Amino acid sequence: MMAYTQALFSAGIIFTVLLAVAALYCLLFSRNLIRILIGLELLTKSVTLLIALAGHITGHMALAQTMIITLIVIEVVVIAVAAGIVIGAQRHNQSLDVRMLRNLKG
Amino acid sequence: MTFGIVYIALLMLLLLAGIWTVMTLNLLKSAIGLAITSAILSLLLFLMAAPLAGVFELSVCAGLITVVFISAISLTKPLTGTEARARDHSRVKRFILLPVIIVAVAWGLYVMHPHLDLPLPAADVERDVRQVFWNIRRIDLVGQILVILAGVFGVVILFKDHPDTKGEIPRTPDAGRRTTDKDRPDTKEGTPA
Repeated sequence: MMAYTQALFSAGIIFTVLLAVAALYCLLFSRNLIRILIGLELLTKSVTLLIALAGHITGHMALAQTMIITLIVIEVVVIAVAAGIVIGAQRHNQSLDVRMLRNLKG
Repeated sequence: MTFGIVYIALLMLLLLAGIWTVMTLNLLKSAIGLAITSAILSLLLFLMAAPLAGVFELSVCAGLITVVFISAISLTKPLTGTEARARDHSRVKRFILLPVIIVAVAWGLYVMHPHLDLPLPAADVERDVRQVFWNIRRIDLVGQILVILAGVFGVVILFKDHPDTKGEIPRTPDAGRRTTDKDRPDTKEGTPA
């Protein structure tokens, strides 16, 4: 029974790694600022799943839940501020393309 | 056994939703895909006996963050037809490798078969999330309050009106006009006749 449980959670960790790979690919190869934020959000999802898996395996689910809640709060604040920055950049440059962000000097 | 089947099915759905979110061409569909990913993750959290985290994930990530993304998309200027076609062509070329990489990494992990020497659950662990949250991890609350305040002030500063965009009437007709090359006497166009 324990081997079955460990196999299940090993599968969970493999799926978490695959989701993180997809998110990192999105972060690296996207040129749209909003899509980069979506990649960041997906990466956070994989981290959330990893924390939940760790909590479930070790039996410290209450601690894992508090950490997930803290992570969600930080995630929301980061996305809200980043969305504001994206809207400001779009108004300034008339584009969401990261290659157009060349006026950060001075 | 049922737990295992549902668990693996949800994990596969989560991965498929994540890949669809990354690969879809439409930005709005991508935001919706992210909401679906969050909803599947919250189901997984419910399944792993983390109902409070699941509720937070469902309400905040699948709800609030999707609203923020859709608002940001609607506040930005959409691409024209030609730009969108050029973008789609370039994007398909850049993202066609993603499924191949995912399959390669999955195959590599399956072949390596990482043996996770995971410890067994502790005999006497805390069970009540409220007790952990309010007593053991109390300092996290202070951090969360500070992060929320930083976010609020950040958004307020980002959307603060600049003095020249408040609709003030300039005193002279040229008072509100920005200086251009034409105004400089040393340039060719600004040289008086």
